[in-house]
This record gives sequence, C-alpha cells and structure tokens, in this order.
Amino acid sequence: MSVMQEDTQQEKPQFSASAMKQVDEIFSRYPDDRRASALMPVLHLAQSEFGGWLSRSALDYVAEVVGVAPIRCYEVATFYTMYNLKPVGKYHVQVCTNISCWLCDSDNVVKTLEDKVQVKMGSTTQDNRFTLSEVECLGACINAPMMQVNDDYFENLTADRVSEIIDRLP
Amino acid sequence: MSSKVQILFKNIHKEDSHTYKVARDGGGYKQAEKALTMSTEDVIDEVKRAGIRGRGGAGFPAGLKWSFIPKDNSRAKYLVCNADEGEPGTCKDRDIIRYAPHLLIEGMIIAAFAVGAERGYIYIRGEFVREAEILEQAIKEAKENGFLGEKINGSDVKFELAIHRGAGAYVCGEETGLLESLEGKKGQPRVKPPFPANIGLWGGPTVINNVETLAAVPSIIENGGEWYSKLGVEKSSGTKLFSISGHVNKPGNYEVELGIPMKTLIEEYAGGVKGGWENLKGVIPGGASSAILPKDVCETITMDYDAIAKAGSMLGSGAMIVLDNSVCIVKAIERLSRFYRHESCGQCTPCREGTGWLSQIMTRIEAGKGVEDDIDLLLSIGNNISGKTICALGDAAVGPVSGSIKAFRDEYIYHVEHGRCMVG
Repeated sequence: MSVMQEDTQQEKPQFSASAMKQVDEIFSRYPDDRRASALMPVLHLAQSEFGGWLSRSALDYVAEVVGVAPIRCYEVATFYTMYNLKPVGKYHVQVCTNISCWLCDSDNVVKTLEDKVQVKMGSTTQDNRFTLSEVECLGACINAPMMQVNDDYFENLTADRVSEIIDRLP
Repeated sequence: MSSKVQILFKNIHKEDSHTYKVARDGGGYKQAEKALTMSTEDVIDEVKRAGIRGRGGAGFPAGLKWSFIPKDNSRAKYLVCNADEGEPGTCKDRDIIRYAPHLLIEGMIIAAFAVGAERGYIYIRGEFVREAEILEQAIKEAKENGFLGEKINGSDVKFELAIHRGAGAYVCGEETGLLESLEGKKGQPRVKPPFPANIGLWGGPTVINNVETLAAVPSIIENGGEWYSKLGVEKSSGTKLFSISGHVNKPGNYEVELGIPMKTLIEEYAGGVKGGWENLKGVIPGGASSAILPKDVCETITMDYDAIAKAGSMLGSGAMIVLDNSVCIVKAIERLSRFYRHESCGQCTPCREGTGWLSQIMTRIEAGKGVEDDIDLLLSIGNNISGKTICALGDAAVGPVSGSIKAFRDEYIYHVEHGRCMVG
C-alpha cells in the first residue's frame, strides 16, 4: 500500500524494556482474551517510541507484539488520523481551522506559522524541526483560535503569541 | 426558574479540584456510598424519574437506556463513557475531565452498579493527552481509596475502570463506532439492531453514556430523581453545559437549567454578541451538525430539546456557535462540509459519496463558480443521504447545508449570481 512508508533504517524496530513494561500495563486493561483491543494504545506507544511516526516495519512489529494479523494493524493505522504514516518534524504543529476557530481568525494563525517557519501547511521544514498540519476540531472551541504542538494545546492565540510559542520551543 | 443551580461545575473553581482530596472534602463519593446501599432497581428508577436525557447529542433518556440491560443474564456487562468529544463547537466534557474527574468516576461507579457492569472504559479522544493524564491519576486515586477495583467501599461490588484513547476519528463519537474502536478496529459504526444494550462491547450488554450525563448522576442520587426533574423544563430536565464559541465577548462553558432563553444565555452569560445583539446573523445551536437558526428565531427561542427541534434544528451537544453579520454563510458551511467529507468512515455509499459531493459543490459555489441549480442539487443530494446510512454522520453532514439554505437562501443566490460573498 502506497500510504505506508518503508523505514529508511535497516534495523527492525524493537521496544525497550521499559516500553515493554508499558505494553504489559496496556494489556492488563482488557480481558485476557480481548488483547486486540490493545492495538490502538500500543500504536500510540510505538509512535512515541519510534520517532513520532509509524513505518511499515513498525506496524508489522506492533501487529506481532499485540498478536493480530498485520492487515488488521494496517487497517487501524490508516483509518485514524493521529497515526503518522510518514516522518514528522520534532515539533508537529497542528492548527484547528474548523468553524469556531475559523470564526476567531485561525486563518491568521495559519499565515503566521507559515511565514514563521517558511513551509506550507502539510509540510515539514528542511531541518526536520517543524511539521505544520491543518486539523479538524480539537475540542477547545471556547478558547479559539488554538493549535496543538506535539501533546500540548495552546489556546486563545494571536499572531504575537504564535510567534512567541514557536520561538520558545527548545 | 432559577438558573443558578450548579451540579456539574459546582466545585470546579476550587483549587486542585481535580484531586481526590478536594473532591472528597466537597462531598465526593458520598453518593456512590449511598447508591451501593440501595437496590439496583431503585437507582435506575431515580435516574428514570430524573428524566435526564443523554448529553452527547442524541438526547435519549439515560434511565431508560440503563433499564434495557438484560437482568439475570450471565454474560459480562460493560459500562463505557463516551469522552470522544469531537463535534465542532463542543468542549464541555473536557472541563469536567480537567476539573471534576472524580465526579465522572463517581457517576460511573453508580451507573456500573445499577446495570451490573464489572468493567468500564472511558473512551477519550486521542488529542486530549493531558486530559487523559488527569483521568489516569484520578482513577489511580479512586482505586487507592477503595472506590474502584474489588469490593468497592467494603461491599461485594466490583468495578474495574480503564482509559482507552482514540486516535483522531470523529465517527468514533457514534456509540457503535466507538465500540469497534475499543475492540481495536476501524471505527466504523455497526448496524442496529442489535443495540449495544443487548450486544455491545465484545458481544456483551453495554451501556454507553456521555461524560456530562454520567457526571450528573451523583446529584440525582443525592437529591432524588424528582428534584432533578424539576430543574429545567418539561421533557428537558436538569442543567446543561453550553459551550458558547464564535462571535461573543465571553466565550465559555456555562452550566444553566435547560429551557433558558438563548438570548439570555448569550447576553447575560457569554457577554453578548460582538458588536451587539443587532450584529447577530445566526446561531448554530447544538454543535456543527445542527441547522443554523437565523437571528429572528434566536430572539425568542429557548434552549431545550423540544423547542430547538420544533425550530428545525437540534440541541445536540449544546455547543452554540455564534455568527455575526461579518460571516459569509456559504463560506462557513463550506468549511463544515469539508469536515464531514473528511470524517465519513466510508462504509455507506450515500455518505461516502454524498459528503464528497456536498463539499465539492459548496466549494464551487464559494469559489464563485456555482450555478443556481446547485442550490437545489445540494438539497437533492441531502435527501439521498438522510436516513439512508448506518449512522447519523450522513444526516449530520446534511443538517448544516439544508438548514443554511432554508434560512439564508438569499446568500446562496447572491453567491451564484455575483460570484462572491454578500458580505465583506
């Protein structure tokens, strides 16, 4: 499938010992005979362990760990938008442009970000520092406009605040 | 009618309101203790008597939903909390989770006891990473204090609760799409019947309730169903959280009794429309899927299930999106149509294809390339989606389009005749 990308590294992805402990904790949330339910949380874990995205070999590895057929894992990974199937920058900046944010001028947030890091929405900077994405409603509508940088929300944005947030990232 | 009763937000202004200690000091888990001394029938009866309707959007009576769970059945039963808050405009559950997670857990303990579920899940949208962390911590604290796990509060009742994070699919807010997702699959909704009360998670009888619904349960046990039923108005009892966003001076989540006039809610709570009430164009009253109500309707309408339904829209999740006169309706609805196209799960042809067509035609009109027949074409496509799909996402995509044509047809006509917006 063309939507999935091969890893450029030859080494097979492998969870560290501490990640494996987290996998066991994930399994414990579901009945023993319902282990397939662990697929989504293990994919989330794999994405954070393997550099912010899931290569084809990472998906195969997750399928093996969870004990489901690879196709089941591909189906899930391609259905949900939060699983990145190609590399993303160190900071994944996701801007909500849905109605409440749009009414509060999310267009300006998009423009500020694009000017600031010099790439368009949907692209990654050459130094791999930033990926910009336009996303659907993130559920912070009363504090529009907003954006998410990796796991954190930034709300009530203005052009100045967007600039400042980007500048302050380590 | 007093609009000052606070049930869900009663304690959220306290410092560290998310912690077990502050929750417990404020009376937290007292109603779980009380419920566990009642019969399960009595608990369900109180919730039925309260008349509380599902706060996620569908508005189905919660007590009735609970009573559908088969009794004397050996299959494992499950309780699932729908925290997949994704309806554009809606961000109320997030505040319950952030500031009153123990209220939600207490409501879940009571619900689980009532329906006989020994295992439960909170399905939270994947982007709420920090919110999930707060919940995780609250679950840990509840467990340490004997309110989750084996022998809750010394009784024979057992309830294990875990979090399941989504991964960015709006359709998982639909309850059977959510169950599929919880089972580790694509979140494609199931054909109903069978309903989840009979065949739900892993084939077991399952109750699925919204965060806000469950968080209201402790107050019903505390004060009785009759007390709750007297809040609000007939057939829309209780308090409701309204997320008010868009062109208002004080956007926010406000807890008020159902039946409050929309104008009061906007003017007295949300600080009024930007530029004054006269600058109002319309309000989307219950999340993006609900049809927009023009200003003249907003003047007098009350915020309850029946009044909004009578006006041709729906109370939905209670997310009010306020649009002032600067907004081009065509452009606003075009944005929403793009959303539904993106979120259609693809399994039903009318929705998969239809949402794409709606979006393309809206884009064409917005770009100034539409023709007058396009307006009726949109309605015709809508007719071919509505009621012809497995879940309500198709209808949700149609609502904003057909509703806006009904209320603002002149703007659509202007757009096709002049090739540009009527405003700006």
